[in-house]
Amino acid sequence: MLLVGTTKGAFFFTSDAKRKKWKMDGPHFPGESVYSVAYDSRGGRTRTFMGTQSSHFGGTIRVSDDFGKSWVGPERQAVRFPEGSGLSLAGVWQIMPGRPDEPDVVRCGVEPACLFESRDGGESWEPVKGLLEHEHRPRWQPGGGGLCLHTIVMDPKDRKRMGIAISTAGFYRTDDGGKSWRPRNDGVRAVFLPNKYPEFGQCVHKVVNHPAKPERLFLQNHWGLYRSDDWGDSWQDIANGVPSDFGFAMVTNPNDADTVYIIPLQSDQFRIVPEAKLRVYRTRDAGASWEPLASGLPQENAFECVLRDGMAADALDPAGIYFGTRGGKLYGSADDGDSWTEIADALPPICCVKAAVVER
Amino acid sequence: MAVSVIVPRALTPYTRGVGTLVVDEPCSTVGDALAAIATRLPALTDRVLTEQGEIRRHVNVFVGDESVRFLDGLETKVESGTVITIVPAVSGG
Repeated sequence: MLLVGTTKGAFFFTSDAKRKKWKMDGPHFPGESVYSVAYDSRGGRTRTFMGTQSSHFGGTIRVSDDFGKSWVGPERQAVRFPEGSGLSLAGVWQIMPGRPDEPDVVRCGVEPACLFESRDGGESWEPVKGLLEHEHRPRWQPGGGGLCLHTIVMDPKDRKRMGIAISTAGFYRTDDGGKSWRPRNDGVRAVFLPNKYPEFGQCVHKVVNHPAKPERLFLQNHWGLYRSDDWGDSWQDIANGVPSDFGFAMVTNPNDADTVYIIPLQSDQFRIVPEAKLRVYRTRDAGASWEPLASGLPQENAFECVLRDGMAADALDPAGIYFGTRGGKLYGSADDGDSWTEIADALPPICCVKAAVVER
Repeated sequence: MAVSVIVPRALTPYTRGVGTLVVDEPCSTVGDALAAIATRLPALTDRVLTEQGEIRRHVNVFVGDESVRFLDGLETKVESGTVITIVPAVSGG
C-alpha cells in the first residue's frame, strides 16, 4: 500500500506483492494539502494518519482504521501549542509511529518547528518541552517551506535517543528521552551563512538511518551529502559521483543497511533533476559510490522535482522503492530500484509518499 | 434580540449543519460572541481562530459589511441585532 499526500488531497494506492498493477483510491480531503502520512501496524492496528492542512481553516491530524473508508476526528485541533507560547500550528510535516516496544506512542514534527508526542495512539498530543523551550529557538530561521521540524530518526536500541531535523536549524539529538537536545552538525556546511560550519543553523533536508545500524546516519543537506557513523557527532562528505549534492528525498533500503537512495536536483536556484533526466541514485556501499537508476524513467524533458518526503521504500524483498514528483507523477520499482514503472501520471503536486506492507 | 453569526458552508460540518448561529448570551464584542460559540461548538472556533486566539490569516470576519481587520479586530463592538459573517478569504491555489 502506498499513501500519497498531495497539495490537493491524499490518495491510497494498493497492489498485490508483485507490485505491478495498482489501484487508486482518492482523493481524501480534496482541496487540503497533505504533507505528512503514516501507517501504524503495531499491536494489530491498521491505522492511517494524515496531516491535513486547509489553507483557510488550519491543520490537524486525521486518523482512519479502515484504510480511508472512514475518518475519525479529532474535530478539535488536537496538535496545538500551549496558550501563551505565541506559537500557532501552521502544518504537520512528519508523523512517526513510535518504537515497537512503545505501541501507543506516536510523534509528529510540525511548523513552527516543534516535536509533539502522543501516548494514546494519536488521539491527544503534547509538545516536547525540551524543543518547545529550546534556547536556540529565537535564532532558528525559516527555510523556503517555513520553519519546520520535518524529520524524526529513532534508535530502536535506545529508547532515550532520538534525532530530529529542522529547516533551518540543523540536526539535533536527545540522549535523555527528549528533555534536552544538542545540535549535532559538526562538518555539515551552511553555504548561505558567512560561517560555513556553525554549531547550528544548517538547512538539513532529510536524515535517515537503518534500524539494524541506527548510529549510522545519512543526511541530504541544502548542498551537501553526508554520513555520520556516530549518531551525528561528526559528519563526512559522501557526494562521490553524484551529479549534484543538492536535493531533498532520501530513503534507506529496509533489507540492506548499506543501501540508500537519493534524487539529486540541479541547484537551489533550479530545483529540477539535472539535465532534465529523471534519475534515482543508489549507493550500495554506504556512500562510497553512487550509481544512477534510470531504467523506465524519462530521460529527456523531465523537469521534475521530488520533495523531502516524496520517496519511500517497502519492506518486501526485493524492496519496492517509490517516489512522487511535484509534477504529479508517481513511480515505483519492485526490484530495489533497478527498473521503474509509472503508477500514476496526473496527480496534484506530490508532497509525500509512504509505503506499507499490509496483509489483507 | 441576539447576535447572529453566519457560517460558511465549508464549516457547517462543525455546526451540525446550521448556517446561521444565534448567540443569546450577553456579549459586547466579536470576541465575546465567538467565545460564547466556542463553549458549544469548539471545533468551529478552532477553524476560525488559532490556538493563540487570533483570527486565522485566511479567514475574514465581518461585522455588517466591514471586516473586523479594519475595525477593532476581536474587540470590535457588537450589539443586539448585529450580524457577524465568517468568510474564507479569497486565497488558495
